[in-house]
Amino acid sequence: MDALINKRIKQVLKGDKDAFAEIVDLYQHRLFQVCFRMLGNRHEAEDIAQEAFVRAFINIHTYDQKRKFSTWLYRIATNLCIDRIRKKKPDFYLDAEVKGTEGLDMYSQIAAADELPEEEIMKLELQDRIQYEISRLPDKYRSAIVLKYMEELSLQEISEILELPLGTVKTRIHRGREFLRKQLSRQPNFL
Amino acid sequence: MNACPERIVHLMHEYLDGEISREHELELKSHLQSCVDCQAHMHELSDVVAFVKGAAHVEAPTNFSQNVMARLPKEKSHAGVSRWLRRHPILTAAALFFLFMSSALFSNFHEEQQFSFTKQENVLVEGETVIIPEGQVVKGDLVVRNGDVRIDGELDGNLTVINGSKYMASTAVITGKTEEINEVFDWLWFHIKDGAKEVVSFFDKEETK
Ligand SMILES: [Zn+2]
Repeated sequence: MDALINKRIKQVLKGDKDAFAEIVDLYQHRLFQVCFRMLGNRHEAEDIAQEAFVRAFINIHTYDQKRKFSTWLYRIATNLCIDRIRKKKPDFYLDAEVKGTEGLDMYSQIAAADELPEEEIMKLELQDRIQYEISRLPDKYRSAIVLKYMEELSLQEISEILELPLGTVKTRIHRGREFLRKQLSRQPNFL
Repeated sequence: MNACPERIVHLMHEYLDGEISREHELELKSHLQSCVDCQAHMHELSDVVAFVKGAAHVEAPTNFSQNVMARLPKEKSHAGVSRWLRRHPILTAAALFFLFMSSALFSNFHEEQQFSFTKQENVLVEGETVIIPEGQVVKGDLVVRNGDVRIDGELDGNLTVINGSKYMASTAVITGKTEEINEVFDWLWFHIKDGAKEVVSFFDKEETK
């Protein structure tokens, strides 16, 4: 598959735009899924995933063919998602983040989605419930958790996608799991 | 309620990452056997993993690929030209030689060759490169002539690069249109196409071979 991708990339570099269609076909579901899990909204996910492919096309000459193409593509998509999420955030969140605190005490401030009342949560179907809990994760933890458990990528790949040291990725996944544990155990009959 | 060392929770996560050493695993197991609280904690974490893994795969909507292809920037006319020139290196060299020798126009070309750019706030300049730093938003159009541009931040307007290159970071955003103009190239192409009829007819003969 890597050989095929590299061949298509070479064609795109030579100006053959149609060769890019095959690249899109191969990665569309993975990229859309990441965006959907990050953003929690199909419409926005479609927009951002498409934008990620457009960016990849425009910047294809900067892709290093010795590295994994999917890693590069995921990086573009997750950066776009994080930008989109941050644009929607209120200012206090941005201030809080500058301090670089990743501590548990920040959880209440940095949760991204609006909290639903408990009786509403209990009415959600399982799949909606999963998406709701994921969307409650602070974006730092969300990207790591989504890449690990929904895209099923290795910690090494995640560290390359997010351009973070392996240790930081592990910390984010650990904190993400603890965050979810606290979220879920707060609700009766769940864990 | 939980007075156990934080280290035990750390071991639980090592275990869940599938990266626990034999010794650590034994340490975790022996602790769990004697501690109900940590047992519950471990259990909850395993449930969290199962819960998240239960997410259904989602697929891109139909027509996703077509929509992406429709959103790609229009192929620059240069791409077609440069492909043609690359395919005909000897003819290209011959044409260049012919044009350089026969035309005095080229000397005019080097006149306005100074680095210049639109003055905008939030823009940095390093040598002959204009930089929009990460996190900065530049409002308005940006034109860079005879220099490069690097975009790490955001340009809320159109970008035009004349006789230079642009580098976009993954964080880069350009809300308007992007155009790269290579004046030497346009100049040459203009003359190949319209100015030097002999050259064109020579090319045409070669093409039909
Ligand atoms: Zn314990």
